[in-house]
Amino acid sequence: MDVLLNAIVSAVRLLLSGDPEVLRVMALSLQVSLTATALSMLVGVPLGTWLALARFPGRALLLAVVNTGMGMPPVVAGLIITVMLWRSGPLGPLHLLYTPTAIVIAQFTLAAPIVAGLTAAAMQQLNPKIRLQILALGATPGQSLWLLVREARLPLLAAMMAGFGAVISEVGASMMVGGNIAGQTRVLTTATVLETSKGNFDLALALGVLLLLLVYSVNLCVTWIQQRGRPL
Amino acid sequence: MNLTRAGTRKRRQIFEAISRTIVLVLALISVACGPIRAGVEPLLPSSGSSPTPLQDSGDLALRSISEIATAQPGDEEIILATTTSTQDSGLLDVLVPMFERRTRYRVKTIAVGTGQALALGARGEADVLLVHAPEAERAWMADGNGAERLVVMHNDFVVVGPSADPARANGHPSAEGAFQSIARAAAPFISRGDQSGTHVKELDIWRGAQVDPRGQAWYLEVGQGMGATLNIADERDAYTLTDRATYLARRDRLRLQIQVEGQASLLNVYHVMPVNGRKFQRINAAGANAFARFMVARETQQIIARFGVAEYGQPLFFADAARPVEALGEPSFE
Repeated sequence: MDVLLNAIVSAVRLLLSGDPEVLRVMALSLQVSLTATALSMLVGVPLGTWLALARFPGRALLLAVVNTGMGMPPVVAGLIITVMLWRSGPLGPLHLLYTPTAIVIAQFTLAAPIVAGLTAAAMQQLNPKIRLQILALGATPGQSLWLLVREARLPLLAAMMAGFGAVISEVGASMMVGGNIAGQTRVLTTATVLETSKGNFDLALALGVLLLLLVYSVNLCVTWIQQRGRPL
Repeated sequence: MNLTRAGTRKRRQIFEAISRTIVLVLALISVACGPIRAGVEPLLPSSGSSPTPLQDSGDLALRSISEIATAQPGDEEIILATTTSTQDSGLLDVLVPMFERRTRYRVKTIAVGTGQALALGARGEADVLLVHAPEAERAWMADGNGAERLVVMHNDFVVVGPSADPARANGHPSAEGAFQSIARAAAPFISRGDQSGTHVKELDIWRGAQVDPRGQAWYLEVGQGMGATLNIADERDAYTLTDRATYLARRDRLRLQIQVEGQASLLNVYHVMPVNGRKFQRINAAGANAFARFMVARETQQIIARFGVAEYGQPLFFADAARPVEALGEPSFE
């Protein structure tokens, strides 16, 4: 237990010391995962809404594909993206492998199904009369999406937190497509793995505590927005 | 239906607040991150002590770093595939930034097992390799994957185990004999199991000992890096084969003791191999060549020779570029 208490103390010390390397790793983690989450919201919310409300043959199959994607193992996603980004791969000429952009792509493929799947569930939970009314008032598809999103904002913000939580905490894909390069693609989770393998358990735990603090701060902001204006 | 105008306005305000917050956070982060680039000058491991002069040996006289061509604009990036041992020891944290400063190349160091490094090189997915599995390297070169193969440095493998030494491995005249004792005692042994240079060496020793450990209850393949493997061996009071650098770098956290060391068959030689630019058009052959020249340059070799002395009281690697390979006394390699 001493180890865990020391980890919290050294995490705070690490944060206060302003070590540029630690700050850079934290900033990169946040930057990459927030970007991936934002992109997955842009794609996942319309996709999930469409899957929830549209009626077409094969819809259940497609929905099951999205729901399977919610359980996509990060290493598998990472491996697929790596092979695509290889110099000999279809996206090789873009020279994206071992860059923060590659991590964003990998994390996006992990977060988008989570956001889409939870969006679909949230939209199906809405009273179907809302949609009829929106259509009856002559809304364009874009307007009706916007109105529906506003109706379902609480579960959608939960979907966003779930997506963000999944990608900022994953290590397999970030390690594979990013390469854990110091100063370039090292994020909190890959740094934690590295320090663990070096036997620096206290530093590894401190990095883990920093990761939790970071996720907590982001989720606190979103939760505050989510709960604002709710009756007590 | 509660789409009243007041409710609509309120929701719009909330959503504007959310989008503003997200944009603000993203903007702040991108400003805070700036260009994601390491610019930290590393301290030399033994600042203060005078460099150990290396012996020049005639034809193998070392060139200076200053003779290495610098990067052409647009062609700065090179991918170095290397082993976890060179990264875990901290040596590359010293050498790579120095190389980048002198030559303006940018190195992406991918620390993987030697097996994966060779596989990446054989697909042209890496530009230059720094690895330690001589047999596999020779096969790799014979397939035309590499432009050349230069010896950089060596250290040695050691057999470590619990201080109680239940298998009586300690002080065996050969690593093979120690492995036979471990097998006879059915004492737990942790194997890397990842086709790394260390794993290949371990399998060589088992072959030499005429023991097939696979499938035995006492033989555990963990499939992890050297550091993680040492941690597991330590927890389980097991024996394992490790390179000396990784062991020394974390000796104070381990209860494991060195049981067998100092034998010719335990030599661990690192070679740098630029990937063959004639076989793979997409690689950065000039950058790979520059990195290889850098690894065997006089100044680099001096840094390697004193790396770790200040911290561990002994060097973690022995610089070898000035010596002919035969002088390393590696009977099992050549």
